[in-house]
Amino acid sequence: MASSDTAISAEGVERRFGNLAAVDGVSLEVKTGEIYGFLGPNGAGKSTLTRVLCTLLKPSAGRASVAGYDVETQPGEVRLRAGVALQEAALDDKQTGAEMLSLQGRFYGLSAKATKARVDQLITLVDIGDALDRRIGTYSGGMKRRLDLALALVHDPQVLFLDEPTTGLDPVSRAKVWQEVRRLDEDLGMTVFLTTQYLEEADELADRVGIINQGKLVAEGSPAELKREIGTDVVIVTVDGDPVKARETLESLSMVERIEANGPSLTLSVSDGPSAISPIAVALAQVPEIDVVELSLRRPSLDDVFLSVTGEHIADSSSFMASPSGPQNAQESK
Amino acid sequence: MNSSTTAPAPPVTRIEPKNAGFLRDLTSVAYRALRAIPRDPAAVIPALIIPLFFFVVNIGALESVAEGIGVEDFRAFQLPVAIVFAVTGVSRASDLVTDISSGYFDRLLLTPMSRTALLLGLMVADLVLVMALCVPVLILGFLVGVEFATGVLGAVVFVLIAGLWGLAFTGFPYAIALRTGSPAAVNSSFLLFFPFAFLTTSFLPLEALTGWLAAIADYNPITYLLASLRSLLSEGWVWADLWPGLLAILIVGALSFTLAFGALRGRVSRG
Repeated sequence: MASSDTAISAEGVERRFGNLAAVDGVSLEVKTGEIYGFLGPNGAGKSTLTRVLCTLLKPSAGRASVAGYDVETQPGEVRLRAGVALQEAALDDKQTGAEMLSLQGRFYGLSAKATKARVDQLITLVDIGDALDRRIGTYSGGMKRRLDLALALVHDPQVLFLDEPTTGLDPVSRAKVWQEVRRLDEDLGMTVFLTTQYLEEADELADRVGIINQGKLVAEGSPAELKREIGTDVVIVTVDGDPVKARETLESLSMVERIEANGPSLTLSVSDGPSAISPIAVALAQVPEIDVVELSLRRPSLDDVFLSVTGEHIADSSSFMASPSGPQNAQESK
Repeated sequence: MNSSTTAPAPPVTRIEPKNAGFLRDLTSVAYRALRAIPRDPAAVIPALIIPLFFFVVNIGALESVAEGIGVEDFRAFQLPVAIVFAVTGVSRASDLVTDISSGYFDRLLLTPMSRTALLLGLMVADLVLVMALCVPVLILGFLVGVEFATGVLGAVVFVLIAGLWGLAFTGFPYAIALRTGSPAAVNSSFLLFFPFAFLTTSFLPLEALTGWLAAIADYNPITYLLASLRSLLSEGWVWADLWPGLLAILIVGALSFTLAFGALRGRVSRG
C-alpha cells in the first residue's frame, strides 16, 4: 500500500500487447517531490509504462496509483492531478499557442481569468515571444516542445510525466527544459517522472533512476548509488594494431575485471583505476605489435551501470551514441 | 530562444483544477472546431461549390424535360436536392483523424473532459456549418425565383431539417475516422453520399421512376427527406409530408450515431 508521501506507486504492473509484454511486472515507488528518471533504450517499455500511469492504457496486471488514486479505477482523479508531455509534441497546427493554452485551461475547469493568469505565468517557460499568437504550424520543433510542456503545466499538476522531453531539442532548449524541471521540483515540490534514453539527462536531473530493459526494471537507485554499486572504475584503451592481442594481454592482468571490445577501443572495468593505469600501460608497451593511441581513466557512468545489469550498452540497445558529449551527438547519429 | 536573455521565471501559484462539466467541454470542442474552419477554407469550398453547381446545371439541363412530364416548378423541385448535396457528408472527421495521428487526441484524453463531448462537440460544429452552407444555396434559389409556400418560418424549418439531416449523416464519417484513424478511409467515406443522393428522386418525382431505381428510391431515406423539404416549398404546412422525412432523419441518425459512438468507445477504451 502506498503511503501518503508516495506520488507514484506501481506494483507488479504488466502491459501486454498480444503475446508481447511491453511492461513486465514493474514495481516502483516515487516519493512526493522527487524527480524520478526512467532510463532505458528504445523499446524498453518506458513510454508504455508512462501511458499506463497517466491513464491512456490499462495495466494488463498489477496495480498503479498516481497522487493516491488508482489509475485503473479512478482515472478521472488521476487526470486532474497529472500533467503529461508525451514523446511527440501533441499540438494542433491550426490553433495559436495562446488559443491552445486557453483551451487546455477550459478543459480543467479554469475560468477565463484564471487561465489568462496561468498563461502569463507559463509564458516565460514557453519563451516564444509574439509567436504565441501565431499558428502552431509555423513553430519550430523546439518551440513546439516547449509549448507542449507548458500545456502539461496549465492545471498546475501534482505529478508531471515527461516522456523523453528533450528528444529533438537543441542544446539551449534542452538546458532550458532542465532548468524548468528543476524549478518545478524545487519551488513547487512537483513530482516529476521523466523517461529518457539520455544518460546525461538522467544523471543531471534525477534524484533516483530506474533502469528498464525489455520491460523489466533491472536497477534502481540514485545515480551515485548505482555507480557506486558497480564498484569499479573504467579505463579506456584505444590501440593501433591487433586489438585481439591487446585484449589477451590485458586479460592476464589481475586488476582487470571485465573487458568490452569495440573495434580498436577496449573498455576495461578495474577495481582501482589510478593504481591500474600504470600496469596496463606497461603491459601494453611490452607487446611490439601494438601502439597505444589513447589511455584514459574515468568514473563509471550510468551506461556502465546499464552494461553491468544487462550485458550491453544502452547505446547499443537504442542505436544511440552515448557519447561523453551526450545527447547532441546522439541526435546527430540518428 | 537564448535562455541567457530570459528573465527568471516568476513564482508559480497553485491552482485547483476540476472537471469543467459536460456543457463546457462540449462548447470548448465545438468552438475549437468552428474556429479552425476559416483557417482551412480549402476543406469547405467544395461543399459550397458542388451544390450551387448541380443546382444550376440540373435546372439548365432538365427543366424543360421535367416540366414535360408534369413537374410544375422544377427550380423549387431542385432546391432541396442542392441543399441535401450541401449538407450530406460535411463533417470534421478529417480534422479528427489529424488529431489522432498528431497525438492531440491523446492529449485531449489526458484531460478530465467528457469523452462524449469530444465527439458531440464536433457534431455541434458540423450542425452550425451545414446550416451556414444552406444559406448561399437558398440565396441562389431566391434569385432564380423559388418561393416558400410556408413563408419565412418555412425557410427556417427547411434549413433546420436540412441541418438535422446533415448531423444525422455525420456519424458515418466519424465512425470511419475513429475506427481506422486513416485520412484515406475518411476521404473515401464520401462515396457513401452517392447512393443516398442519386438513387432517389433527385432528378424526377417518384411517380416518374421505374424498375429497380423506383424500388431502391422507396427505401432511400433521402426520398422522404426531399419530399418533406419540397412540401415546405410548394405545398405549405403538410404534416403528412413532414413526418416521414423527420422519421428518416431519426432512423439514419440512430444508425450512424450508434456506429460513431461505438467507435468512440473503442478508440478511448484503454484496454
